[in-house]
Amino acid sequence: MKTGNRYRSIQVNRLWREKLHSLWMNIALGIVIILPFLIAIGLLWKSEMLLEEHSLLNLLFSREWKPLSGKFGFYPFIISSLWVTILALLIAAPICLLTAIHLTQYADTWVLKVMHPVIDILAGIPSVIYGVWGILVIVPFISDYLGPLFGKQISGYSILAGAIVLSIMIIPFILNILIEVFKTIPNELSESSLALGATQWQTIKYVLIKKGMPGIISAFGLGLSRAFGETIAVLMVVGNVTRIPTGAFQPGYPLPALIANNYGEMMSIPLYDSALMLAALILFLVVLIFNFASRILIIKMEKRSQ
Amino acid sequence: MFLQKLRKGEEKFFRVVMFLSTLTIAMVLLLIIFSVLYKGLPSVSWEMLTQVPKGGFYFGKEGGILNAIIGSIYLSLGATLLAFVVGLPVALYMNVHLIRRQKLVNTIRFFLDLLWGIPSIVYGAFGFSIMIYLGLRVSLLAGIITVALFIIPIMVRSMDEVLKSVPRGLLEASLSLGSTRSEISYIVFFKQCIPGIMTAVLLSFGRAIGDAASILFTAGFTDHIPTSLSQPTATLPLSIFFQLTSPIPEVQERAYASAVVLIAFILIISILSRIFSQRFNKNKIDF
Repeated sequence: MKTGNRYRSIQVNRLWREKLHSLWMNIALGIVIILPFLIAIGLLWKSEMLLEEHSLLNLLFSREWKPLSGKFGFYPFIISSLWVTILALLIAAPICLLTAIHLTQYADTWVLKVMHPVIDILAGIPSVIYGVWGILVIVPFISDYLGPLFGKQISGYSILAGAIVLSIMIIPFILNILIEVFKTIPNELSESSLALGATQWQTIKYVLIKKGMPGIISAFGLGLSRAFGETIAVLMVVGNVTRIPTGAFQPGYPLPALIANNYGEMMSIPLYDSALMLAALILFLVVLIFNFASRILIIKMEKRSQ
Repeated sequence: MFLQKLRKGEEKFFRVVMFLSTLTIAMVLLLIIFSVLYKGLPSVSWEMLTQVPKGGFYFGKEGGILNAIIGSIYLSLGATLLAFVVGLPVALYMNVHLIRRQKLVNTIRFFLDLLWGIPSIVYGAFGFSIMIYLGLRVSLLAGIITVALFIIPIMVRSMDEVLKSVPRGLLEASLSLGSTRSEISYIVFFKQCIPGIMTAVLLSFGRAIGDAASILFTAGFTDHIPTSLSQPTATLPLSIFFQLTSPIPEVQERAYASAVVLIAFILIISILSRIFSQRFNKNKIDF
Protein backbone atom coordinates (compact mmCIF):
# COMPACT_ATOMS: atom_id res chain seq x y z
CA MET A 1 0.00 0.00 0.00
CA LYS A 2 2.74 2.41 1.06
CA THR A 3 4.92 1.62 -1.93
CA GLY A 4 1.91 2.00 -4.17
CA ASN A 5 1.33 5.51 -2.87
CA ARG A 6 4.93 6.48 -3.34
CA TYR A 7 4.92 5.07 -6.82
CA ARG A 8 1.84 7.04 -7.68
CA SER A 9 3.25 10.31 -6.30
CA ILE A 10 6.47 9.90 -8.30
CA GLN A 11 4.36 9.23 -11.36
CA VAL A 12 2.24 12.34 -10.74
CA ASN A 13 5.40 14.39 -10.18
CA ARG A 14 6.89 13.20 -13.43
CA LEU A 15 3.78 14.01 -15.36
CA TRP A 16 3.58 17.47 -13.80
CA ARG A 17 7.18 18.13 -14.69
CA GLU A 18 6.51 16.96 -18.22
CA LYS A 19 3.56 19.34 -18.51
CA LEU A 20 5.51 22.32 -17.14
CA HIS A 21 8.43 21.68 -19.46
CA SER A 22 6.20 21.30 -22.47
CA LEU A 23 4.42 24.53 -21.58
CA TRP A 24 7.69 26.46 -21.29
CA MET A 25 8.99 24.93 -24.51
CA ASN A 26 5.89 26.06 -26.33
CA ILE A 27 6.15 29.55 -24.89
CA ALA A 28 9.83 29.79 -25.82
CA LEU A 29 9.14 28.62 -29.34
CA GLY A 30 6.29 31.13 -29.54
CA ILE A 31 8.65 33.94 -28.53
CA VAL A 32 11.08 33.00 -31.28
CA ILE A 33 8.39 32.72 -33.93
CA ILE A 34 6.67 36.04 -33.23
CA LEU A 35 9.95 37.96 -32.82
CA PRO A 36 10.32 39.07 -36.46
CA PHE A 37 6.70 40.19 -36.59
CA LEU A 38 7.16 42.07 -33.31
CA ILE A 39 10.23 43.81 -34.73
CA ALA A 40 8.32 44.89 -37.83
CA ILE A 41 5.35 46.11 -35.79
CA GLY A 42 7.53 47.90 -33.24
CA LEU A 43 9.50 49.78 -35.87
CA LEU A 44 6.41 50.57 -37.92
CA TRP A 45 4.69 51.93 -34.83
CA LYS A 46 7.51 54.39 -34.22
CA SER A 47 7.96 55.43 -37.83
CA GLU A 48 4.25 55.96 -38.47
CA MET A 49 4.41 59.55 -37.24
CA LEU A 50 6.79 60.43 -40.05
CA LEU A 51 4.89 58.44 -42.64
CA GLU A 52 1.74 60.37 -41.78
CA GLU A 53 3.39 63.62 -42.81
CA HIS A 54 5.36 62.49 -45.84
CA SER A 55 4.78 59.76 -48.37
CA LEU A 56 7.23 56.87 -48.42
CA LEU A 57 8.33 57.47 -52.02
CA ASN A 58 8.91 61.10 -51.22
CA LEU A 59 11.13 60.15 -48.28
CA LEU A 60 13.11 57.57 -50.23
CA PHE A 61 13.93 59.78 -53.20
CA SER A 62 14.23 63.20 -51.61
CA ARG A 63 17.79 64.49 -51.40
CA GLU A 64 17.37 66.92 -48.54
CA TRP A 65 18.27 65.83 -45.02
CA LYS A 66 17.53 68.73 -42.67
CA PRO A 67 15.98 67.35 -39.50
CA LEU A 68 15.74 70.82 -37.92
CA SER A 69 13.38 72.02 -40.62
CA GLY A 70 11.58 68.70 -40.82
CA LYS A 71 13.10 67.50 -44.11
CA PHE A 72 14.01 63.83 -44.11
CA GLY A 73 15.31 62.64 -47.48
CA PHE A 74 16.94 59.21 -47.32
CA TYR A 75 18.29 59.25 -50.86
CA PRO A 76 21.95 60.14 -50.04
CA PHE A 77 22.07 57.44 -47.37
CA ILE A 78 20.54 54.78 -49.56
CA ILE A 79 22.99 55.56 -52.38
CA SER A 80 25.90 55.48 -49.90
CA SER A 81 24.72 52.13 -48.58
CA LEU A 82 24.52 50.73 -52.10
CA TRP A 83 28.02 51.99 -52.97
CA VAL A 84 29.65 50.51 -49.87
CA THR A 85 27.78 47.21 -50.01
CA ILE A 86 28.23 46.48 -53.70
CA LEU A 87 31.90 47.50 -53.66
CA ALA A 88 32.49 45.25 -50.64
CA LEU A 89 30.85 42.33 -52.41
CA LEU A 90 32.91 42.95 -55.56
CA ILE A 91 36.07 42.68 -53.47
CA ALA A 92 34.96 39.71 -51.38
CA ALA A 93 33.24 37.59 -54.04
CA PRO A 94 36.23 36.50 -56.16
CA ILE A 95 38.41 35.90 -53.09
CA CYS A 96 35.72 33.76 -51.49
CA LEU A 97 34.97 31.76 -54.64
CA LEU A 98 38.64 31.02 -55.35
CA THR A 99 39.38 30.14 -51.73
CA ALA A 100 36.33 27.91 -51.45
CA ILE A 101 37.36 25.99 -54.58
CA HIS A 102 40.91 25.74 -53.30
CA LEU A 103 39.81 24.44 -49.90
CA THR A 104 37.29 21.93 -51.21
CA GLN A 105 39.19 20.65 -54.28
CA TYR A 106 42.93 21.11 -54.02
CA ALA A 107 44.12 21.93 -50.52
CA ASP A 108 46.27 19.62 -48.39
CA THR A 109 45.12 18.67 -44.93
CA TRP A 110 47.54 21.03 -43.22
CA VAL A 111 46.05 23.96 -45.12
CA LEU A 112 42.61 22.92 -43.91
CA LYS A 113 43.89 22.59 -40.37
CA VAL A 114 45.19 26.14 -40.52
CA MET A 115 42.30 27.71 -42.41
CA HIS A 116 39.52 26.30 -40.29
CA PRO A 117 40.43 28.25 -37.13
CA VAL A 118 41.40 31.26 -39.25
CA ILE A 119 37.89 31.48 -40.74
CA ASP A 120 36.32 30.91 -37.32
CA ILE A 121 38.34 33.62 -35.64
CA LEU A 122 37.74 36.08 -38.50
CA ALA A 123 34.02 35.46 -38.09
CA GLY A 124 34.23 36.02 -34.34
CA ILE A 125 36.16 39.30 -34.31
CA PRO A 126 33.82 42.09 -33.14
CA SER A 127 32.99 44.81 -35.64
CA VAL A 128 34.54 47.48 -33.41
CA ILE A 129 37.91 45.75 -33.80
CA TYR A 130 37.48 45.76 -37.57
CA GLY A 131 36.79 49.48 -37.29
CA VAL A 132 39.93 50.04 -35.22
CA TRP A 133 41.92 48.07 -37.78
CA GLY A 134 40.39 50.13 -40.58
CA ILE A 135 41.47 53.35 -38.88
CA LEU A 136 44.95 51.97 -38.17
CA VAL A 137 45.70 50.37 -41.53
CA ILE A 138 43.19 50.94 -44.31
CA VAL A 139 42.53 54.67 -43.90
CA PRO A 140 46.23 55.66 -43.87
CA PHE A 141 46.87 53.26 -46.74
CA ILE A 142 44.23 54.98 -48.86
CA SER A 143 45.28 58.51 -47.99
CA ASP A 144 49.04 57.90 -48.29
CA TYR A 145 49.32 55.43 -51.18
CA LEU A 146 46.12 54.71 -53.06
CA GLY A 147 44.89 58.33 -53.19
CA PRO A 148 48.16 59.83 -54.54
CA LEU A 149 48.35 56.96 -57.02
CA PHE A 150 45.15 58.29 -58.58
CA GLY A 151 46.32 61.86 -58.07
CA LYS A 152 43.95 62.71 -55.25
CA GLN A 153 44.45 64.46 -51.95
CA ILE A 154 42.06 62.76 -49.55
CA SER A 155 41.72 62.01 -45.86
CA GLY A 156 41.24 58.30 -46.42
CA TYR A 157 37.88 58.19 -44.65
CA SER A 158 35.95 57.10 -47.70
CA ILE A 159 33.54 54.66 -49.26
CA LEU A 160 36.49 52.57 -50.40
CA ALA A 161 37.80 52.26 -46.81
CA GLY A 162 34.33 51.17 -45.65
CA ALA A 163 34.08 48.68 -48.50
CA ILE A 164 37.49 47.12 -47.83
CA VAL A 165 36.80 46.69 -44.11
CA LEU A 166 33.34 45.35 -44.89
CA SER A 167 34.65 42.88 -47.47
CA ILE A 168 36.97 41.33 -44.87
CA MET A 169 34.05 41.07 -42.46
CA ILE A 170 31.80 39.19 -44.88
CA ILE A 171 34.52 36.87 -46.23
CA PRO A 172 34.25 34.21 -43.47
CA PHE A 173 30.46 34.35 -43.73
CA ILE A 174 30.31 33.83 -47.50
CA LEU A 175 33.16 31.33 -47.43
CA ASN A 176 31.40 29.02 -44.96
CA ILE A 177 28.26 28.93 -47.12
CA LEU A 178 30.24 28.36 -50.33
CA ILE A 179 32.09 25.43 -48.76
CA GLU A 180 28.74 23.94 -47.75
CA VAL A 181 27.42 24.49 -51.27
CA PHE A 182 30.36 22.72 -52.93
CA LYS A 183 30.00 19.84 -50.50
CA THR A 184 26.37 19.21 -51.47
CA ILE A 185 27.31 18.62 -55.11
CA PRO A 186 27.44 14.83 -55.61
CA ASN A 187 30.90 13.35 -56.14
CA GLU A 188 29.71 11.16 -59.03
CA LEU A 189 29.28 14.23 -61.20
CA SER A 190 32.88 15.35 -60.99
CA GLU A 191 34.07 11.75 -61.15
CA SER A 192 32.28 11.11 -64.43
CA SER A 193 33.65 14.35 -65.82
CA LEU A 194 37.17 13.31 -64.86
CA ALA A 195 36.62 9.85 -66.33
CA LEU A 196 35.74 11.45 -69.67
CA GLY A 197 39.18 13.00 -69.78
CA ALA A 198 38.52 16.49 -68.50
CA THR A 199 41.22 18.09 -66.39
CA GLN A 200 40.41 18.94 -62.82
CA TRP A 201 40.16 22.62 -63.64
CA GLN A 202 37.76 21.89 -66.50
CA THR A 203 35.67 19.80 -64.15
CA ILE A 204 35.55 22.67 -61.70
CA LYS A 205 34.67 25.17 -64.39
CA TYR A 206 32.03 23.20 -66.28
CA VAL A 207 30.59 20.92 -63.60
CA LEU A 208 31.14 22.26 -60.13
CA ILE A 209 30.53 25.95 -60.73
CA LYS A 210 27.72 25.35 -63.19
CA LYS A 211 25.97 22.94 -60.84
CA GLY A 212 26.56 25.11 -57.82
CA MET A 213 25.48 28.38 -59.47
CA PRO A 214 22.24 28.87 -57.48
CA GLY A 215 24.15 28.18 -54.27
CA ILE A 216 26.93 30.55 -55.22
CA ILE A 217 24.48 33.31 -56.08
CA SER A 218 22.62 32.88 -52.82
CA ALA A 219 25.86 32.86 -50.83
CA PHE A 220 26.65 36.22 -52.39
CA GLY A 221 23.09 37.38 -51.66
CA LEU A 222 23.48 36.50 -47.99
CA GLY A 223 26.84 38.25 -47.91
CA LEU A 224 25.27 41.31 -49.49
CA SER A 225 22.56 41.50 -46.87
CA ARG A 226 25.08 40.97 -44.08
CA ALA A 227 27.15 43.84 -45.48
CA PHE A 228 24.09 46.04 -45.85
CA GLY A 229 23.34 45.98 -42.13
CA GLU A 230 26.84 46.20 -40.74
CA THR A 231 27.13 49.28 -38.56
CA ILE A 232 29.96 50.20 -36.26
CA ALA A 233 32.97 49.21 -38.38
CA VAL A 234 31.65 51.06 -41.42
CA LEU A 235 30.64 54.06 -39.34
CA MET A 236 34.20 54.40 -38.08
CA VAL A 237 35.91 54.59 -41.46
CA VAL A 238 33.40 55.82 -44.02
CA GLY A 239 33.56 59.55 -43.26
CA ASN A 240 29.88 60.26 -42.55
CA VAL A 241 29.18 63.23 -44.80
CA THR A 242 25.60 63.77 -45.94
CA ARG A 243 26.13 64.02 -49.67
CA ILE A 244 25.37 61.83 -52.64
CA PRO A 245 28.68 60.09 -53.39
CA THR A 246 29.86 59.82 -56.99
CA GLY A 247 33.12 57.93 -56.50
CA ALA A 248 34.79 55.41 -54.25
CA PHE A 249 37.26 57.94 -52.84
CA GLN A 250 34.50 60.18 -51.52
CA PRO A 251 33.10 59.97 -48.01
CA GLY A 252 29.68 58.38 -47.63
CA TYR A 253 26.99 58.00 -45.00
CA PRO A 254 25.25 54.59 -45.12
CA LEU A 255 21.88 53.95 -43.47
CA PRO A 256 23.11 51.95 -40.42
CA ALA A 257 25.72 54.65 -39.69
CA LEU A 258 22.97 57.26 -39.83
CA ILE A 259 20.97 55.40 -37.20
CA ALA A 260 23.92 54.77 -34.90
CA ASN A 261 25.42 58.22 -35.18
CA ASN A 262 22.38 60.25 -34.29
CA TYR A 263 20.78 58.38 -31.42
CA GLY A 264 22.02 61.07 -29.02
CA GLU A 265 20.11 63.98 -30.49
CA MET A 266 17.11 62.18 -31.88
CA MET A 267 14.91 62.77 -28.86
CA SER A 268 15.38 66.55 -28.94
CA ILE A 269 14.21 67.19 -32.51
CA PRO A 270 10.62 66.39 -33.48
CA LEU A 271 10.14 63.43 -35.82
CA TYR A 272 13.88 62.71 -35.79
CA ASP A 273 13.45 59.48 -33.80
CA SER A 274 10.64 58.52 -36.11
CA ALA A 275 12.90 59.02 -39.14
CA LEU A 276 15.66 56.88 -37.64
CA MET A 277 13.19 54.10 -36.85
CA LEU A 278 11.98 54.25 -40.44
CA ALA A 279 15.60 53.86 -41.55
CA ALA A 280 15.84 50.78 -39.31
CA LEU A 281 12.60 49.45 -40.82
CA ILE A 282 13.94 49.91 -44.37
CA LEU A 283 17.11 48.09 -43.33
CA PHE A 284 15.09 45.28 -41.76
CA LEU A 285 12.89 44.79 -44.82
CA VAL A 286 15.73 44.89 -47.36
CA VAL A 287 17.81 42.41 -45.37
CA LEU A 288 14.82 40.16 -44.81
CA ILE A 289 13.91 40.06 -48.50
CA PHE A 290 17.48 39.32 -49.56
CA ASN A 291 17.84 36.63 -46.91
CA PHE A 292 14.53 35.07 -47.83
CA ALA A 293 15.33 34.84 -51.54
CA SER A 294 18.83 33.49 -50.95
CA ARG A 295 17.75 30.85 -48.44
CA ILE A 296 14.98 29.64 -50.75
CA LEU A 297 17.52 29.29 -53.57
CA ILE A 298 19.85 27.25 -51.34
CA ILE A 299 17.06 24.95 -50.15
CA LYS A 300 15.91 24.37 -53.73
CA MET A 301 19.43 23.50 -54.78
CA GLU A 302 19.92 21.08 -51.88
CA LYS A 303 16.66 19.35 -52.75
CA ARG A 304 17.63 18.97 -56.39
CA SER A 305 21.01 17.43 -55.66
CA GLN A 306 19.61 14.91 -53.21
CA MET B 1 49.12 20.15 -78.70
CA PHE B 2 49.01 23.89 -78.25
CA LEU B 3 45.52 23.69 -76.85
CA GLN B 4 46.59 21.10 -74.33
CA LYS B 5 49.37 23.37 -73.16
CA LEU B 6 46.95 26.26 -72.88
CA ARG B 7 44.66 24.15 -70.73
CA LYS B 8 47.49 23.10 -68.47
CA GLY B 9 48.64 26.71 -68.24
CA GLU B 10 45.15 27.89 -67.31
CA GLU B 11 44.89 25.33 -64.55
CA LYS B 12 48.33 26.23 -63.22
CA PHE B 13 47.51 29.92 -63.29
CA PHE B 14 44.28 29.45 -61.38
CA ARG B 15 45.88 27.15 -58.85
CA VAL B 16 48.36 29.90 -58.03
CA VAL B 17 45.61 32.53 -57.83
CA MET B 18 43.50 30.30 -55.60
CA PHE B 19 46.40 29.63 -53.30
CA LEU B 20 47.16 33.33 -53.14
CA SER B 21 43.58 34.23 -52.21
CA THR B 22 43.61 31.62 -49.44
CA LEU B 23 46.91 33.04 -48.25
CA THR B 24 45.46 36.57 -48.34
CA ILE B 25 42.69 35.60 -45.93
CA ALA B 26 45.12 34.10 -43.44
CA MET B 27 47.45 37.10 -43.80
CA VAL B 28 44.61 39.57 -43.21
CA LEU B 29 43.75 37.88 -39.91
CA LEU B 30 47.39 38.08 -38.82
CA LEU B 31 47.53 41.71 -39.94
CA ILE B 32 44.42 42.61 -37.95
CA ILE B 33 45.58 41.00 -34.74
CA PHE B 34 49.17 42.18 -35.14
CA SER B 35 48.33 45.80 -35.95
CA VAL B 36 45.91 46.14 -33.02
CA LEU B 37 48.35 44.51 -30.61
CA TYR B 38 51.27 46.59 -31.92
CA LYS B 39 49.38 49.82 -31.41
CA GLY B 40 47.58 48.89 -28.23
CA LEU B 41 49.88 46.71 -26.13
CA PRO B 42 52.29 49.51 -25.09
CA SER B 43 49.39 51.43 -23.50
CA VAL B 44 47.92 48.48 -21.61
CA SER B 45 48.66 49.02 -17.93
CA TRP B 46 47.54 47.63 -14.62
CA GLU B 47 45.91 50.94 -13.64
CA MET B 48 43.89 50.92 -16.80
CA LEU B 49 42.45 47.50 -16.10
CA THR B 50 41.63 48.08 -12.42
CA GLN B 51 40.27 51.63 -12.20
CA VAL B 52 37.06 53.30 -13.23
CA PRO B 53 37.33 56.61 -15.12
CA LYS B 54 38.21 59.51 -12.88
CA GLY B 55 37.62 63.23 -13.42
CA GLY B 56 39.02 64.32 -16.76
CA PHE B 57 39.47 60.74 -18.01
CA TYR B 58 38.18 61.70 -21.43
CA PHE B 59 40.74 64.50 -21.62
CA GLY B 60 43.63 62.11 -21.07
CA LYS B 61 43.77 62.23 -17.26
CA GLU B 62 43.84 59.31 -14.84
CA GLY B 63 41.51 56.38 -14.69
CA GLY B 64 40.81 53.12 -16.46
CA ILE B 65 38.18 51.10 -18.24
CA LEU B 66 37.18 48.76 -15.43
CA ASN B 67 33.61 50.07 -15.74
CA ALA B 68 33.50 48.91 -19.37
CA ILE B 69 35.11 45.52 -18.67
CA ILE B 70 32.78 44.69 -15.79
CA GLY B 71 29.80 46.17 -17.63
CA SER B 72 30.49 44.06 -20.70
CA ILE B 73 30.82 40.91 -18.61
CA TYR B 74 27.56 41.63 -16.74
CA LEU B 75 25.74 42.37 -19.95
CA SER B 76 26.98 39.36 -21.90
CA LEU B 77 26.55 36.94 -19.00
CA GLY B 78 23.00 38.17 -18.42
CA ALA B 79 22.12 38.03 -22.09
CA THR B 80 23.67 34.58 -22.56
CA LEU B 81 21.81 33.25 -19.53
CA LEU B 82 18.50 34.66 -20.75
CA ALA B 83 19.09 33.36 -24.27
CA PHE B 84 20.00 29.95 -22.84
CA VAL B 85 16.78 29.76 -20.83
CA VAL B 86 14.73 30.49 -23.95
CA GLY B 87 17.00 28.88 -26.51
CA LEU B 88 17.72 25.45 -25.05
CA PRO B 89 14.04 24.46 -24.74
CA VAL B 90 13.41 25.56 -28.33
CA ALA B 91 16.35 23.53 -29.64
CA LEU B 92 15.29 20.48 -27.61
CA TYR B 93 11.66 20.87 -28.64
CA MET B 94 12.63 20.88 -32.30
CA ASN B 95 14.70 17.73 -31.96
CA VAL B 96 12.70 15.67 -29.46
CA HIS B 97 9.04 16.64 -29.54
CA LEU B 98 8.83 17.50 -33.21
CA ILE B 99 11.03 14.69 -34.49
CA ARG B 100 8.23 13.26 -36.58
CA ARG B 101 7.25 16.58 -38.10
CA GLN B 102 10.34 17.39 -40.13
CA LYS B 103 8.52 19.86 -42.35
CA LEU B 104 7.58 22.02 -39.37
CA VAL B 105 11.09 21.76 -37.96
CA ASN B 106 12.58 22.85 -41.26
CA THR B 107 10.23 25.83 -41.33
CA ILE B 108 11.38 26.81 -37.83
CA ARG B 109 14.99 26.46 -38.96
CA PHE B 110 14.28 28.70 -41.92
CA PHE B 111 12.76 31.25 -39.54
CA LEU B 112 15.77 31.15 -37.25
CA ASP B 113 18.14 31.59 -40.20
CA LEU B 114 16.19 34.67 -41.24
CA LEU B 115 16.40 36.03 -37.69
CA TRP B 116 20.13 35.34 -37.64
CA GLY B 117 20.56 37.55 -40.68
CA ILE B 118 18.89 40.63 -39.21
CA PRO B 119 21.52 43.27 -38.44
CA SER B 120 22.13 44.07 -34.80
CA ILE B 121 21.35 47.75 -35.26
CA VAL B 122 17.78 46.75 -36.14
CA TYR B 123 17.55 44.83 -32.86
CA GLY B 124 18.88 47.94 -31.15
CA ALA B 125 16.27 50.17 -32.75
CA PHE B 126 13.56 47.63 -31.93
CA GLY B 127 14.72 47.43 -28.31
CA PHE B 128 14.62 51.20 -28.18
CA SER B 129 11.04 51.41 -29.46
CA ILE B 130 9.98 48.75 -26.93
CA MET B 131 11.64 50.79 -24.18
CA ILE B 132 9.73 53.89 -25.23
CA TYR B 133 6.50 51.88 -25.33
CA LEU B 134 7.00 50.51 -21.82
CA GLY B 135 8.38 53.78 -20.49
CA LEU B 136 11.75 52.28 -19.52
CA ARG B 137 15.03 54.15 -19.49
CA VAL B 138 18.44 53.03 -20.76
CA SER B 139 19.60 50.32 -18.37
CA LEU B 140 21.52 47.12 -17.97
CA LEU B 141 18.25 45.19 -18.11
CA ALA B 142 17.15 46.76 -21.40
CA GLY B 143 20.59 46.00 -22.83
CA ILE B 144 20.44 42.40 -21.63
CA ILE B 145 17.03 41.82 -23.20
CA THR B 146 18.04 43.37 -26.53
CA VAL B 147 21.28 41.41 -26.76
CA ALA B 148 19.47 38.22 -25.71
CA LEU B 149 16.97 38.66 -28.55
CA PHE B 150 19.91 39.18 -30.90
CA ILE B 151 21.77 36.01 -29.85
CA ILE B 152 18.81 33.64 -29.40
CA PRO B 153 18.72 32.63 -33.11
CA ILE B 154 22.50 32.10 -33.11
CA MET B 155 22.30 29.95 -30.00
CA VAL B 156 19.29 27.89 -31.05
CA ARG B 157 20.65 27.19 -34.52
CA SER B 158 24.05 26.08 -33.27
CA MET B 159 22.50 23.89 -30.54
CA ASP B 160 20.12 22.50 -33.14
CA GLU B 161 23.03 21.49 -35.38
CA VAL B 162 24.46 19.49 -32.47
CA LEU B 163 21.20 17.91 -31.34
CA LYS B 164 20.40 16.93 -34.94
CA SER B 165 23.29 14.50 -34.87
CA VAL B 166 21.98 12.45 -31.91
CA PRO B 167 21.05 9.03 -33.26
CA ARG B 168 17.33 8.41 -33.44
CA GLY B 169 17.73 5.02 -31.78
CA LEU B 170 18.56 6.76 -28.53
CA LEU B 171 15.22 8.53 -28.57
CA GLU B 172 13.33 5.35 -29.40
CA ALA B 173 15.12 3.36 -26.70
CA SER B 174 14.31 5.95 -24.03
CA LEU B 175 10.70 6.14 -25.15
CA SER B 176 10.34 2.39 -24.99
CA LEU B 177 11.66 2.45 -21.42
CA GLY B 178 8.80 4.72 -20.48
CA SER B 179 10.52 8.10 -20.22
CA THR B 180 8.50 11.23 -20.76
CA ARG B 181 9.62 13.54 -23.53
CA SER B 182 10.95 16.19 -21.17
CA GLU B 183 13.05 13.55 -19.42
CA ILE B 184 14.45 12.48 -22.78
CA SER B 185 15.17 16.12 -23.61
CA TYR B 186 16.98 17.10 -20.45
CA ILE B 187 18.46 13.82 -19.29
CA VAL B 188 19.35 12.03 -22.51
CA PHE B 189 19.73 14.62 -25.28
CA PHE B 190 21.12 17.44 -23.16
CA LYS B 191 23.71 15.24 -21.47
CA GLN B 192 24.66 13.63 -24.75
CA CYS B 193 25.43 17.00 -26.30
CA ILE B 194 26.92 18.99 -23.44
CA PRO B 195 30.25 19.75 -25.23
CA GLY B 196 28.46 20.94 -28.36
CA ILE B 197 25.98 22.96 -26.34
CA MET B 198 28.84 24.59 -24.43
CA THR B 199 30.39 25.57 -27.76
CA ALA B 200 27.09 27.11 -28.85
CA VAL B 201 26.87 29.05 -25.58
CA LEU B 202 30.45 30.31 -25.92
CA LEU B 203 29.82 31.34 -29.52
CA SER B 204 26.79 33.36 -28.41
CA PHE B 205 28.73 34.85 -25.51
CA GLY B 206 31.41 36.00 -27.96
CA ARG B 207 28.76 37.61 -30.15
CA ALA B 208 27.20 39.30 -27.12
CA ILE B 209 30.45 40.74 -25.80
CA GLY B 210 31.54 42.06 -29.17
CA ASP B 211 28.38 43.68 -30.40
CA ALA B 212 28.05 47.43 -30.17
CA ALA B 213 25.19 48.44 -32.43
CA SER B 214 22.40 46.75 -30.47
CA ILE B 215 23.34 48.29 -27.11
CA LEU B 216 23.98 51.78 -28.40
CA PHE B 217 20.33 52.69 -27.79
CA THR B 218 19.52 50.45 -24.88
CA ALA B 219 22.37 50.06 -22.39
CA GLY B 220 23.60 53.66 -22.34
CA PHE B 221 27.03 54.57 -21.05
CA THR B 222 28.32 55.49 -17.60
CA ASP B 223 31.55 55.89 -15.70
CA HIS B 224 30.34 53.73 -12.82
CA ILE B 225 30.07 50.00 -12.41
CA PRO B 226 26.34 49.22 -12.35
CA THR B 227 25.02 47.90 -9.05
CA SER B 228 21.50 47.08 -10.18
CA LEU B 229 19.69 46.06 -13.34
CA SER B 230 18.00 49.42 -13.70
CA GLN B 231 21.23 51.40 -14.02
CA PRO B 232 22.90 52.15 -17.33
CA THR B 233 26.15 50.37 -18.02
CA ALA B 234 29.33 50.93 -19.99
CA THR B 235 30.54 48.27 -22.43
CA LEU B 236 33.90 47.55 -24.01
CA PRO B 237 32.97 48.03 -27.69
CA LEU B 238 31.25 51.34 -27.00
CA SER B 239 34.10 52.42 -24.76
CA ILE B 240 36.54 51.79 -27.63
CA PHE B 241 34.26 53.60 -30.04
CA PHE B 242 33.83 56.69 -27.85
CA GLN B 243 37.48 56.98 -26.89
CA LEU B 244 38.53 56.68 -30.51
CA THR B 245 36.36 59.60 -31.60
CA SER B 246 38.22 61.85 -29.17
CA PRO B 247 40.84 64.16 -30.73
CA ILE B 248 43.22 63.79 -27.74
CA PRO B 249 46.08 61.34 -28.45
CA GLU B 250 46.23 59.91 -24.89
CA VAL B 251 42.56 58.97 -25.04
CA GLN B 252 43.03 57.38 -28.45
CA GLU B 253 45.95 55.35 -27.12
CA ARG B 254 43.66 54.03 -24.45
CA ALA B 255 41.10 53.12 -27.09
CA TYR B 256 43.70 50.91 -28.76
CA ALA B 257 44.57 49.40 -25.39
CA SER B 258 40.87 48.67 -24.80
CA ALA B 259 40.77 47.00 -28.21
CA VAL B 260 43.56 44.70 -27.03
CA VAL B 261 41.44 43.76 -24.01
CA LEU B 262 38.46 42.98 -26.23
CA ILE B 263 40.58 40.91 -28.64
CA ALA B 264 41.98 38.99 -25.66
CA PHE B 265 38.42 38.17 -24.56
CA ILE B 266 37.47 36.97 -28.04
CA LEU B 267 40.61 34.85 -28.48
CA ILE B 268 40.12 33.21 -25.07
CA ILE B 269 36.51 32.39 -25.94
CA SER B 270 37.58 31.02 -29.32
CA ILE B 271 40.25 28.79 -27.77
CA LEU B 272 37.83 27.54 -25.10
CA SER B 273 35.20 26.64 -27.68
CA ARG B 274 37.86 24.90 -29.76
CA ILE B 275 38.75 22.76 -26.75
CA PHE B 276 35.11 21.90 -26.22
CA SER B 277 34.40 21.11 -29.85
CA GLN B 278 37.44 18.88 -30.12
CA ARG B 279 35.68 16.57 -27.74
CA PHE B 280 32.73 16.67 -30.05
CA ASN B 281 33.94 16.22 -33.58
CA LYS B 282 30.74 15.06 -35.24
CA ASN B 283 29.37 18.54 -35.69
CA LYS B 284 32.49 20.06 -37.13
CA ILE B 285 32.31 21.41 -40.65
CA ASP B 286 34.68 19.35 -42.70
CA PHE B 287 36.05 20.75 -45.89
